[in-house]
Amino acid sequence: MERPEQGPGEPDSHPRANGCSLTGYGALRNGYVRGLPEAETQIHHIAHNGGLYRRPFNEDFEETPMLVAVLTYVGYGVLTLFGYLRDFLRQWKIEKCHHASEREEQKDFVPLYQDFENFYTRNLYMRIRDSWNRPICSVPGAKMDMMERLSHDYNWTFTYTGRVIKDVINMGSYNYLGFAQNAGICKEAAAKVLTQYGAGVCSTRQEMGNLDKHEELEKLVARFLGVEAAMTYGMGFSTNSMNIPALVGKGCLILSDELNHASLVLGARLSGATIRIFKHNNMQSLEKLLRDAIVHGQPRTRRPWKKILILVEGIYSMEGSIVRLPEVIALKKKYKSYLYLDEAHSIGALGLTGRGVVEYFGLNPEDVDVMMGTFTKSFGAAGGYIGGKKDLIDYLRTYSHSAVYAMSLSPPVVEQILTSMKCIMGEDGTTFGKECVQQLAENTRYFRRQLKKMGFIIYGNEDSPVVPLLLYMPAKVGAFGREMLKRNIGVVVVGFPATPIIESRARFCVSAAHTKEILDTVS
Amino acid sequence: MAAAVGMGQQWVLVEMVQAFYEAPAYHLILEGILILWIIRLLFSKTYKLQERSDLTPKEKEELIEEWQPEALVPPVSKDHPALNYSIVSGPPSHKIIVNGKECINFASFNFLGLLDNERVKNAAQASLRKYGVGTCGPRGFYGTFDVHLELEDRLAKFMRTEESIIYSYGFATIASAIPAYSKRGDIVFVDEAACFAIQKGLQASRSNIKLFKHNDTADLEQLLKEQEIEDQKNPRKACVTRRFILVEGLYMNTGDICPLPELIKLKYKYKVRIFLEESLSFGVLGEHGRGVTEHFGINVDDIDLISANMENSLASIGGFCCGRSFVIDHQRLSGQGYCFSASLPPLLAAAAIEALNIMEENPDIFQILREKCKRIHKALQRIPGLIVVGDLFSPALHLQLEEPSGSRENDMKLLKRIVDYCMNRSIALTPARYLEKEEKCLPPPR
Repeated sequence: MERPEQGPGEPDSHPRANGCSLTGYGALRNGYVRGLPEAETQIHHIAHNGGLYRRPFNEDFEETPMLVAVLTYVGYGVLTLFGYLRDFLRQWKIEKCHHASEREEQKDFVPLYQDFENFYTRNLYMRIRDSWNRPICSVPGAKMDMMERLSHDYNWTFTYTGRVIKDVINMGSYNYLGFAQNAGICKEAAAKVLTQYGAGVCSTRQEMGNLDKHEELEKLVARFLGVEAAMTYGMGFSTNSMNIPALVGKGCLILSDELNHASLVLGARLSGATIRIFKHNNMQSLEKLLRDAIVHGQPRTRRPWKKILILVEGIYSMEGSIVRLPEVIALKKKYKSYLYLDEAHSIGALGLTGRGVVEYFGLNPEDVDVMMGTFTKSFGAAGGYIGGKKDLIDYLRTYSHSAVYAMSLSPPVVEQILTSMKCIMGEDGTTFGKECVQQLAENTRYFRRQLKKMGFIIYGNEDSPVVPLLLYMPAKVGAFGREMLKRNIGVVVVGFPATPIIESRARFCVSAAHTKEILDTVS
Repeated sequence: MAAAVGMGQQWVLVEMVQAFYEAPAYHLILEGILILWIIRLLFSKTYKLQERSDLTPKEKEELIEEWQPEALVPPVSKDHPALNYSIVSGPPSHKIIVNGKECINFASFNFLGLLDNERVKNAAQASLRKYGVGTCGPRGFYGTFDVHLELEDRLAKFMRTEESIIYSYGFATIASAIPAYSKRGDIVFVDEAACFAIQKGLQASRSNIKLFKHNDTADLEQLLKEQEIEDQKNPRKACVTRRFILVEGLYMNTGDICPLPELIKLKYKYKVRIFLEESLSFGVLGEHGRGVTEHFGINVDDIDLISANMENSLASIGGFCCGRSFVIDHQRLSGQGYCFSASLPPLLAAAAIEALNIMEENPDIFQILREKCKRIHKALQRIPGLIVVGDLFSPALHLQLEEPSGSRENDMKLLKRIVDYCMNRSIALTPARYLEKEEKCLPPPR
């Protein structure tokens, strides 16, 4: 095994035993979590570089117990058999066919969907469909009102009874700092701007859509992140899918994490660069890929790569893990590549003042070449941004697909971002923002501790407000969603294909708006 | 000899040995050499065609040291025309303040003038009071609000289709809808003047793309015939390749309408599905603003998918697709921009609903819009040196230089001067922006 790289000026790490390494910074134990005595705690990756972390980085992903894995496979097997049986019955018209079908005039066209593509949808997804797409009719705050939905034909169609289930505890919305409110300074400011500017913009950024509000917002975002300049876009998803192609093209290499979000994957594909995937949060895998790439060059021509771009996320939304940023930055500096950090979930949620994962690790924001994030999660608005050096932003202003062809942000949304960001930075004169950030951190730790005490398998880092709770079996997925709703708690359950097939989970998003009582009720 | 005689007889071991002793010497020596050669070949090392030298670690380190990447972004010159945006203060409605100057706005897509409408703003305010600004979640995870469901319902009723689905961004609508249906190996026939969002959707879908000349049904039919011949060679493959025609109602790049009735005929003749992109024509064409299907009087069920964005006539943000449930329901699980992105902020959805209400109550605004378009079109025809690109009743027109100088940069500079001149006389225009390297068929400067 190669000797891992040292950060600049760090003391030599002492010989490791069991992944514990003590360095001169005072007992920093990395990656070793004392789990519950009965559970098998296995560490996915041990941080060799003790000196780069100034605080303990406790992340663990417990292995699936063998019995549970086997039972899960059996469960899926049974469901698949039933699926085939029902398809057979439907084909022979013994069972009624509920789903929509092709027009009479177009019956001899090539079928629009392959039968097998929709097998999963028809047979497995339909049974538990009522756990998703639940409509709500209030602010998505700590508590919300849900519209009651009933199904008389096993989830094929839904009818709304018209009743509203009030005060459902919301553990599913990405409302980390609690800014999803319909009262307060943010709302007042947004209302004023709405009266003044209207709701839409009707033009692209480069043509007539650049309002003075946009310029103000970009300056504020740059100040918030600690970078030279920033640029904002109308939608978080399209920020990634339209700017990665502007930055890299053919002849470049993209190294992307296994579990990156669909927008990053789409942006990487649209750019035309070669994509290589490294194991999730695994620095050795990343280093090996970097070395091989530089030494061997492009696959067939052996020419050197033009650029290498590493795509990582701040917090991974399905795993709850935090990227090992100090190591990634050390690697990036050593191998002269560029780093693209997607802070969709971590901006506002991590760090002492909510500046994101860079502040959480105490690093310099100028080390990250492209800092991207969204305003949907912590700021209670919509849209995305990219921050970085002035050259980068100038280039994006000219060549980004979004600036040329897509609409700019709507004015009241811009105002909401401005007010909430100022609040978090403390510029509006109150400490409300700082309190929110601290409240979130406390809530996270408390909630995770409670769940661990109850013996559930929780993935992810201890400081991440995204808490996945493993359920494994497909039947539990549906049952969990329904039972929690009966107790007036709204949770999010996720299964295949967003997660690996045996690792279905329920995901809790802790928010600063949750009080201790709410968290206790949930546990 | 015994060896020759033994042809028809049964070989006996004794006779074999006898034959061996009695064989001529040269025969034996030859056979011996052959056997030795075979043994040597069997045991010798495999022959490598090229010497593969594995690099020593030291050489690897040197390579890593030497490698210099390009700069992350190439530098942009300070006076690049697209770098400095004009700053608009105040609402981008009919009178717009650009860079401090008040002008009449001919540059926004605010076709029906609903951006400034009091009713729309009040509806958005009410929604803001109820829901706040953001939705904090995708549609699948508590991001579905009753306003979204209501808007989907209203749009479906307005367009007289079974179902509709809303996206939170106009660009992402068509760019997510296409890859949901058309996968690798499928064939899409696209007009040359398709807008950038369509091009990105096609790129993401990895299908075979066949371009046909703008609004030229003869060219399209030619391509379809060629495809039919191909199909006959390989019928099994043809049974599973899906085929689509993708056109826009009113083209953004040229301002003219697609010949929809002929396309419908081609659809049934060659069995291809039609996807219609109505961003500019929704709320503009047709008696009640239902778009190009109403304009031509075609049954909307004949079109498989209509996609539009709400950012032009409806003065909101976002987009929608409508069609039969059979087609639209698929996008709820496989439209990337729908499943993986936060939903539309409710105040924008409420603004869109109110705008729809206004459109339904006053169907004569479409007539007024058409009159105005005709007047402007006639007036602009009289300007020497500039051709008007666009149909008589298209609200989005391009002014192109009659005699291009051949260099795109010079043309762009001249156009910029024209735009500045107009701004000085209080008329706001804008040069059409394109990404020169990315567009498949770059339109001339305008």
